[in-house]
Amino acid sequence: MSITRRLLGGSALAAMILAGSMAQAQDKVRIALVVKALGIGFFEAAAEGAEEAAAELGNVEIIYTGPTDTTAEGQIEVINSLIAQQVDAIAISANDPDALVPALKKAMDRGITVISWDSGVAPEGREMHLNPSSNALIGNMIIKLAADELPDGGKVAVLSASATATNQNTWIAEMEKVMGDYPNIEVVGTVYGDDLADKSYREAQGLMQTYPDLKAIIAPTSVGIVAAAKAVEDAGKAGEINVTGLGLPSEMAGAIQSGASKSFAIWNPIDLGYSATMLAYNLATDAAEAGPGAEIPMGRMGTLTLDDNAEGAMADPFVYDASNIDQFKEIF
Amino acid sequence: MTDATARHIPDRLVSPAARLLKSWETLLLAVALAIFVANSLASPYFLNAWNLSDATFNFTEKAMIAFAMALLIISGEIDLSVASIIALASTAMGAAVQAGAGTPVLVGIGLGTGLACGAVNGILVTRMGLPSIVVTIGTMSLFRGISYIALGDKVYKGYPSDFGYFGQGYVWWVFSFELVLFAILAVVYGVLLHKTNFGRAVYAIGNNPTAALFSGIRVQRVKFILFLLTGLMSGIAAICLTSRLGSTRPSIAFGWELEVVTMVVLGGVNILGGSGTIPGVVIAAFVMGLVTFGLGLLNVPGIVMSIFIGCLLIGVIALPRLWTMWRG
Repeated sequence: MSITRRLLGGSALAAMILAGSMAQAQDKVRIALVVKALGIGFFEAAAEGAEEAAAELGNVEIIYTGPTDTTAEGQIEVINSLIAQQVDAIAISANDPDALVPALKKAMDRGITVISWDSGVAPEGREMHLNPSSNALIGNMIIKLAADELPDGGKVAVLSASATATNQNTWIAEMEKVMGDYPNIEVVGTVYGDDLADKSYREAQGLMQTYPDLKAIIAPTSVGIVAAAKAVEDAGKAGEINVTGLGLPSEMAGAIQSGASKSFAIWNPIDLGYSATMLAYNLATDAAEAGPGAEIPMGRMGTLTLDDNAEGAMADPFVYDASNIDQFKEIF
Repeated sequence: MTDATARHIPDRLVSPAARLLKSWETLLLAVALAIFVANSLASPYFLNAWNLSDATFNFTEKAMIAFAMALLIISGEIDLSVASIIALASTAMGAAVQAGAGTPVLVGIGLGTGLACGAVNGILVTRMGLPSIVVTIGTMSLFRGISYIALGDKVYKGYPSDFGYFGQGYVWWVFSFELVLFAILAVVYGVLLHKTNFGRAVYAIGNNPTAALFSGIRVQRVKFILFLLTGLMSGIAAICLTSRLGSTRPSIAFGWELEVVTMVVLGGVNILGGSGTIPGVVIAAFVMGLVTFGLGLLNVPGIVMSIFIGCLLIGVIALPRLWTMWRG
């Protein structure tokens, strides 16, 4: 019989542990920020932004959650428990655009506002999607970063990923559209590093040999930009040739320090979490409605305009340079 | 056999009631009840028929495989390729959808792929005499690898709307198709293991395959059938999961093999074979489902949840051992 006694003791303990963590505030707007997986710096930073938005709004409770690993099945379990808690809104960065649709549809059927951000969900599974930026904004940003450091103009070259990479080709095409705004900048050529570190490195070396008076290398790929910066450093041309484009702060901190790169851009996860929260709040409280052409306010980040797919672009890519790299290199 | 003059020899040393009270299943049931009560106290959303119904989706598919896996483990073998069979079966169904197949064909393909994968494992283990843990670690990579080659980073979707019934439909009120299927399969496997000659053979093989062979049990054939059943159940789980997700990617059901094995072991099945029951596995399925759902309601991070499940597993397994040590 002593086993029964032990079991009773055990269950009482379990009850106490669980009951102890119970705390609910029903009058607040509860917004769940669901990420691809917990423990990723980028998403921790987004959660920080969400908390900032919550503090600004006052009556918001943020539930920052996600599965242990980046699976759709894990996110569905999380969504089910959020539906059960009757949260007011779910803002999700999806592990799979399609597999989450049935679960998110169920959430919407039960009156929960659903938006996706960063990594989107198919249109039928969400009310709107927040892109961190747009192709046009990225195309403009990468040439602007190069041009800002070259008041007297000069030659620049592009180091892309592969020749068939859709993202990079779109961004380079968008960049070419706005070249008229930078009359004394000359793009001398585009080379392809295939997103391989060693090939990108050799291509960057080739550019420096072919164009001795090259002033900047634009690499709209996080692999290429690191390799190009290394090639410039190794050639002893740091400060002479500016490497810029799209990169990750953690990987680019060294290049900023050495002067091989003066600045580069990528989305800011804090702003992204902040905006997603603002949008979810406005939709959940019926202050705004999602739909093609809708304009939804997002606090300090301005207003989001939705396109025909109910998608919107948050802002220009965020610029990282010597002034803020130390803060962000710890994040992602 | 019913000779009135014969001396009565008890076939058990303790009374059935005492035996039941001290059994693994009672212990697990008490744990399940404790978790249920704790969850009800901890979250105001727990005791809600629809929420509990949603929660069952966390374990029904895995539990279906766990039934067949329990038999396989009792017989002394294991199948680690079950999650990869799901991926391959789902990919095969997805490919059939692109070719315009209807729901009955899809179900046939799902079950057929499961059986075929089970047969591959079964032949490699029983005909070639290879250890099942090695074979199924190999086929785990093989089956999912085929899915990755077929799909890459793409997705199969566009499943017919009536196909959605298996993973999203309800038979009656809050009782989903998956939950009802889970209950039916639990009964089927319970009868198979505990009430048939086949079930006795499974125990006999797990306890001593050589003795079983000399007793006239066709050991390799029984094992082959068990691999087929595990494959078939993975096929059924693939149908339910694909229907629930409405799409197929090669990463589907990633990592489920260990969750299935955890469920079986938590259910009191000896990982070395020879003992275990289906009711134990059923209760273990509920325990795991209730724990993940209950902790999810409290927004406990998944990492903490894994730690909790791990402690639960070790705790529940260590408890009877400690009990005998203390008594001894």
